[in-house]
Amino acid sequence: MKPFAFERARDVDHALSLAAASPGARFLAGGTNLLDLMKLEIEQPARLIDVGRLPLAEIAETAAGGLRIGALATNTAVASDPRVRSRYPALARAILAGGSVQLRNKATVGGNLMQRTRCPYFMDAAKPCNKRLPGSGCSAMEGLSRSLALFGASEMCVAVSPSDMSVALAAFDAVAETVRADGSVRRRPVETLHRLPGEAPQVDTDLAPDELVLAVELPPPPPGPQAWRKVRARASYTGAIASVAVAGDRVALGAVAARPWRARLAEAALADGASAAEAAAAELAHAEGPEGRRSLVRRITADAIREAREGAAS
Amino acid sequence: MSTVRDWAAPNPVTENRSGLIGKSVDRYEGRLKVTGTAPYAFEVETPSQPLYGHIVSATIARGRITSIDVSQAAAAPGVVLAWSHLNVPTQAQRGAKLNPRSQRGSNPTLASDRVEHYGQSVAFILADTPENARAAGGLVRVAYAAEDADLDFLSSLDLAGPAPGEEDARVGDFEAGYSASEVTVDDTWFSPLQNHAQMEPCATTAWWEGDKVVVHTSIQMVKGGQHALAETLGIPSDRVRLFTRYIGGGFGGKGQSYDDLTLAALAARESGQPVRVAYTRQQMFQATIHRPAVQMRVRLGADRTGRLNAMALEAVTHCARNAPFVEHAANFARNLYAAPHRLTGHRLVRLDIPHAGAMRAPGEAPGMLSLECAMDELAETLGLDPIELRIRNEPEVDPDNAKPFSVRQLVRCMREGAQQFGWDRRNPTPGAVRDGRWYVGMGMATAIRGNFLLPAKAGLRLTGDGLATLTQGMTDIGTGTYTILAQITGETLGLPLDQVRVELGDSDMPPAPGSGGQFGAATAGSAAFETGMVMRRRLAELAAGDPRSPLYGEDPTLMDFANGNIVLGNRSESLAALAARAGPDGVYVEGGISPAADARDWSQHTYGAQFAEVGVDSVTGEVRLRRMFGVFAAGRILNAKLAKSQITGGMIWGVGAALTESNAVDPRYGSFLHQDLGGYLAPVHADIVNLDAVLLDEADDKANPMGIKGVGELGICGAGAAIANAVYNACGVRLRDYPLTPDKVMAALEAKGL
Amino acid sequence: MLTTIRVNGVDRAVEVDPRTSLLDFLRERVGLKGTKKGCDHGQCGACTVLVNGVRINACLSLAVMHDGDEVLTVEGLADGEALHPVQQAFLSEDAFQCGYCTPGQICSTVGLLAEVAAGQPSEVTADLAGPVTLSDAEIRERMSGNICRCSAYPQILAAVRRAAGAAA
Repeated sequence: MKPFAFERARDVDHALSLAAASPGARFLAGGTNLLDLMKLEIEQPARLIDVGRLPLAEIAETAAGGLRIGALATNTAVASDPRVRSRYPALARAILAGGSVQLRNKATVGGNLMQRTRCPYFMDAAKPCNKRLPGSGCSAMEGLSRSLALFGASEMCVAVSPSDMSVALAAFDAVAETVRADGSVRRRPVETLHRLPGEAPQVDTDLAPDELVLAVELPPPPPGPQAWRKVRARASYTGAIASVAVAGDRVALGAVAARPWRARLAEAALADGASAAEAAAAELAHAEGPEGRRSLVRRITADAIREAREGAAS
Repeated sequence: MSTVRDWAAPNPVTENRSGLIGKSVDRYEGRLKVTGTAPYAFEVETPSQPLYGHIVSATIARGRITSIDVSQAAAAPGVVLAWSHLNVPTQAQRGAKLNPRSQRGSNPTLASDRVEHYGQSVAFILADTPENARAAGGLVRVAYAAEDADLDFLSSLDLAGPAPGEEDARVGDFEAGYSASEVTVDDTWFSPLQNHAQMEPCATTAWWEGDKVVVHTSIQMVKGGQHALAETLGIPSDRVRLFTRYIGGGFGGKGQSYDDLTLAALAARESGQPVRVAYTRQQMFQATIHRPAVQMRVRLGADRTGRLNAMALEAVTHCARNAPFVEHAANFARNLYAAPHRLTGHRLVRLDIPHAGAMRAPGEAPGMLSLECAMDELAETLGLDPIELRIRNEPEVDPDNAKPFSVRQLVRCMREGAQQFGWDRRNPTPGAVRDGRWYVGMGMATAIRGNFLLPAKAGLRLTGDGLATLTQGMTDIGTGTYTILAQITGETLGLPLDQVRVELGDSDMPPAPGSGGQFGAATAGSAAFETGMVMRRRLAELAAGDPRSPLYGEDPTLMDFANGNIVLGNRSESLAALAARAGPDGVYVEGGISPAADARDWSQHTYGAQFAEVGVDSVTGEVRLRRMFGVFAAGRILNAKLAKSQITGGMIWGVGAALTESNAVDPRYGSFLHQDLGGYLAPVHADIVNLDAVLLDEADDKANPMGIKGVGELGICGAGAAIANAVYNACGVRLRDYPLTPDKVMAALEAKGL
Repeated sequence: MLTTIRVNGVDRAVEVDPRTSLLDFLRERVGLKGTKKGCDHGQCGACTVLVNGVRINACLSLAVMHDGDEVLTVEGLADGEALHPVQQAFLSEDAFQCGYCTPGQICSTVGLLAEVAAGQPSEVTADLAGPVTLSDAEIRERMSGNICRCSAYPQILAAVRRAAGAAA
């Protein structure tokens, strides 16, 4: 780990001013991803601004009938919240499918959104990786890893987002609220918080260096049933090969793109009266990548839609 | 030299009057482990403030270091020294032996500008803190001239040559027998490269006391480690004191020492301070040994009744170019089933990758993943129950060499397992059983693993406080050595367990071969037993010859030992009193065991039968264990609780091999795809559902005086095959490419139109 | 940075390098080596400790993040010579072999029992809206953040059940 300056933020303004004043600074919340990467010298921040004790962990009802989840609420706190469990069960299940209890007890909602890919070539500092070292090339494209993007990849990068939680958040049309040192507050859909790699895969999101996630806001859940499905070789404590969240008429796919992937084509097909299988096929018709992987995502997408509908029928 | 017939005499262990043998006592060192106070190698107290080492690893597969600059690292905060091959202290040439009797030769590190595999050590940093050492490691600048390398096993099969010093084992005329068979199976299986993934990374703490170095290191073999370090340093082995008292998992991967040991010793000498060095988790993958991938072709020829006429298992595997090792995946097949025409053998591809080596049940673990599935295929072709097929091919003598079996309860294992597992509820038609979204199926396989005994010694001291202390240069890698040696010693001397101490893992103690090949319990235990018998004779003679003893003048051969006393008729004396009179240090004896001269006149193995029920997700191809059960026969069991832990632990390794565990060499770089426990998927708790095992009553009177055998590796044998067979029974998919991950299973389901 | 962490009831004020993980703080600065380093990346659970009563991976936390926190490690569980019920359950059920993952498994179990008592759900909780009961499936899932390569999982399950019974 490279040496860095450490400072604990007294309040949000302090955190933001520190960030604005120190190029190369990073906010530190739970640390479960950032410290992991710093040990490998994949992340080398000059300064860590510990925001972990800022009063941003509240989960509160919104006037619109949704929930506002403070960025520092732990994954466990969100998944255990009775309102989340009863109204957003697909979100609770997605969170509970991620990592281990120990990690979820420490990891925050804001940090979960900001976590970086687990592409093994990104995680190995000795390998070419455009996301880690722009211009060095992509080892994954011709590599052994099977967890490659099916949607939105570029010639520069095929990495996928590892977040299970954000897949459900995208299905719920959740919005991330951020603030910068100049006081400006922005609200971005979680669905598009992350950039697609394009020519600059090293930039995960549009957030400015001094921009801090304050909260994630969930609108009221859409009417209709919900479903969550995560595929993996090991029964627990491992990343998704692929995942899918269904919330009413909305469908989001996980581990298939650099961001949680809203299956808009599937949703449109469903709106037109298509079957679950047809809707899944409509989405996957535009996927790239190995046939087996496309097939798997098509199958789980159709199945999750079907399950949600049958759940509604029963 | 003894013969196995000498072992038939009644002895305290077979009589087991105190009932300590077989008893499920708690683990001897358990209290230390549950309180976190058992010091592992990195954690031992040092005589003064230690320094911390960090190793820098090569990032090419093969070639030359053209330049290496440690100056920036050397100038970094807290750094005490920074070494590359240019300035590392002198070590003996690789393989050199100052003492021709050393078990290992010199194994120098940072020895030259040559890189022979990715992850090889190229630099070393010593600093005041772990943080400073590791950060300085990142400042080492290395330039390489990479050379062509052979890295990809499956595309290098044409490079395969004979395994060194081996010939194919042929019985009868396989080709003729096979082509004359009415029913045949001919398929090829692949078992991937696997990693030990011990929870404790390799680590050493070292300091010097004058011209002697004291090292605490995590290694399975005491003498091997001591000799390797002594030869590397170029000093006599009595100047190396090696301790390895608590070992956080070995599984064969710590059968040898690594650069942490050498560098800690060198750095402690150069710095004059104690030094701690540990491998990172990534280095554990890249810089220690692994189980190599194995490709196996199995051919079975049988008549319509299921009698095997011909069988062949031909394995191709790999090792590092300059470190020969053969994964003997075909050997077990020589002793398992009767067939008049047989062919087994191994081919080896040499690659420029890290060293292949022994990993729990080397040979059987991957090997049984092929033949035991081929038998399942044959059973299906013949319309026979898989157990019935195996019973029809049960040999009367060892089919390889016609030796009689010492004891072979394989059929009983299968029958009892079938009964307890509920095998009769298995529907032989694949894909016939559904539970919601899951296809459900059952499978079985047999298990066989050889039994070995190596020469070993032990020391035993009885002191005036009545304590017996057994000392042995042996290891306990979680196998239960401490506990069973205490039980054997207690039973042999008639002492309660709380009066028995066991001390292991010290090169100054009477030597034992260490832990590996499931020979530990039989080897170390037999030595402890023999040493206990020496002590009995010594004490009896002391009592008979000492006028102060109530047993004075009596016949020592008639004296007995019970409840802490030496007894004859109604006269007795406590062992404590006897030892106290003998002198301030009590009584000390040594004893030992060697294989009997005629031990190899018998075919001697441990056996088992594995049963699994799995669910296959009809949509995703995910395979999940629903239950698993095994019945095993492995000689006299010394501690039922600990033996079962060993056996079920092995079975779970089989689950991992079948479903999740694999690594692969990236042919562009020579590195492993998975370099951490997030990528390499050892089973987690949620993978293991309703798994249990039973050990049959058995005593193998050809094995050793106590009739014990090993249990450490038997559990993994055949376990994965039972799962693969259950997957087939569940959904009709035969996958021969392990592990059976969702992508492969789902693709196969799709290919069947499912 | 001067950092004070209350470890097993004792305040430990130590000048630490900001890079020092909570794990290395415990092992190398305070001398409590019971908490193990298995992977140093949150992928094995051997370093599990309880911080303010909640189980986390000590390797993925900096000591400086925990100034003023209360940390409970495996060394803080026993009451003198009397083992904590979870420790006793692990010993009785032989829920370990090499012992290296054991302190993490034990701390994890202590955390698990509190989480279940607090009604926190897991991935295998069938009814998220209902109460949480400690079935075998729940124990297995909730203990999945602690890898045991010796694979003592069946015995760990029995130990957690035994400890849960003792706690009830």
